[in-house]
Amino acid sequence: MTHLLSTVGRKPQRVLPGFNLTLGYTVLYLSLIVLIPLSALVFKTFTLTWDQFWAAVTGPRVMASYRLTFGASLIAALVNVVFGLLVAWVLVRYDFFGKKVVDALVDLPFALPTAVAGISLTALLAGNGWIGQYLEPLGIQLAFNPNGVVIALIFIGLPFVVRTVQPVLEDTEKELEEAASCLGATRWQTFTRVIFPSIAPALLTGFAMAFARAIGEYGSVIFIAGNMPMVSEITPLIIIGKLEQYDYAGATAVALVMLVISFMLLLVINALQTWQRRRTGASS
Amino acid sequence: MTKHTSTTEPAWVRFSLITLALTFMFLFLVLPLATVFAEALRKGFGAYFEALQEPDAWSAIRLTFITALIAVPLNLVFGVAAAWAIAKYEFTGKAFLTTLVDLPFSVSPVVAGLIYVLMFGAQGWFGPWLQAHDIKIVFAVPGIVLATVFVTFPFIARELIPLMQAQGSDEEQAAIVLGATGWQTFWRVTLPNIKWGLIYGVILCNARAMGEFGAVSVVSGHIRGQTNTMPLHVEILYNEYQSAAAFAVASLLALLALVTLVIKSVVEWRHEQAMKTVTEAPPERPEDSLNSSMASISQEVIQS
Repeated sequence: MTHLLSTVGRKPQRVLPGFNLTLGYTVLYLSLIVLIPLSALVFKTFTLTWDQFWAAVTGPRVMASYRLTFGASLIAALVNVVFGLLVAWVLVRYDFFGKKVVDALVDLPFALPTAVAGISLTALLAGNGWIGQYLEPLGIQLAFNPNGVVIALIFIGLPFVVRTVQPVLEDTEKELEEAASCLGATRWQTFTRVIFPSIAPALLTGFAMAFARAIGEYGSVIFIAGNMPMVSEITPLIIIGKLEQYDYAGATAVALVMLVISFMLLLVINALQTWQRRRTGASS
Repeated sequence: MTKHTSTTEPAWVRFSLITLALTFMFLFLVLPLATVFAEALRKGFGAYFEALQEPDAWSAIRLTFITALIAVPLNLVFGVAAAWAIAKYEFTGKAFLTTLVDLPFSVSPVVAGLIYVLMFGAQGWFGPWLQAHDIKIVFAVPGIVLATVFVTFPFIARELIPLMQAQGSDEEQAAIVLGATGWQTFWRVTLPNIKWGLIYGVILCNARAMGEFGAVSVVSGHIRGQTNTMPLHVEILYNEYQSAAAFAVASLLALLALVTLVIKSVVEWRHEQAMKTVTEAPPERPEDSLNSSMASISQEVIQS
């Protein structure tokens, strides 16, 4: 069917008016809002010599922030893969009371402003919070240290995995599972050999999306992180810190590193989605 | 139930998986949401409403609404234009253009704010000119609006492009052949077809516009009563240890999030219904294209 759609789309369709107007407006607006401002970032970086640039993006505090940002984003995205798959599975395969509400609630991290998520997770996990009060006597500290960063990023990333895996899981064919079971496979074998390979591309896409979002996240993290230099300072905060000291060139250099990484992740996600579409298209 | 045993799990496995998933959802989603309202009402309803009636809170609420009222329509017009150009025509560089439309989603909000400081700040490209003409963009309302437009840039376009691609342009071509003008075709044929996708995009765009923190924080300058949006006002109150007041303002944003989720669910349901009636009517619209448009809708949410 994708084949049919693409041939329909490939026909020259200049019967419809408005091509110049809409494409012209799209390119103009895109340039004004996105491309020209982003190019300012690149040009500002050129005012630095290579040595200055290198010093700005590899200072010890900056390096520590990369380790925290990428490490915490990786852990959070992995946790989201496990629990995102679990939530998607339960929502697609089982019936239980309040399922519709739970399904709608999955999108809460998209809808809730990040600053609100940040202060509320902090209040929850701080020593006097609903959860923190039980953990503190045990010597477990979840707020104001890297643990808090991971928890905030889990919150932010959850919907990505659930919402990529859910539609694919809905489309998987029960017949294949029945066939596997008829051929003597246990339920676990059916899951690992039949179901899992068909949802693996979606799972990987969801992982990449949650990871990409986590790397750039700012609002929810700064409240709960404690923001100690070298320990719990994320890279976006380094940019803000440099800006507050009027080190515009330094801030821009670190921002450029983040921009390049997020652009590469965008390309990876696009490639994964193409793979996923081809995989699901081929199976049906 | 018994006839499905080959394609489902034993009852105890089902029960444990559901319990585990619900526990996770409760800990990570329900408890934080409940905390917002509990903390907001910690000092009672009197203190709650007092915090909301404070002039600085009011000006933050006003600025948030003004920002969304400018940013959402701008991105709505862009979204419709971009979707029309990308979905209805073939041209070279289309895939690249679509990727560029997505770009703001993957840029860190802090970087999004920074680029406008580099353009319009005192040290920026247009800084000296703007200062000479006494125009303030950064650390003023225009900068806040620009940063918000940037972070919410792709929401409506991402929603409409796959939807309009799936619907094709047969109906529009028929209208044109029958003598309708371009605008008539758009208003009478295209718009009714993309109605639900459009509302969906606007809702998500609005939620992000009102809740944006990182990008706005970089360009705002944090002047109380003047350049503070609601999320920034929450931050200031929180850092001043006015926890109850911070959560009171935060509770308004949490309500906005809940309303967004409810409207989103209703729109999804209506969209499904509309698609169902469409599938039952003409054979021209293959079911697969509808499925793919639904899949793309959920994909869009993910992108946000």
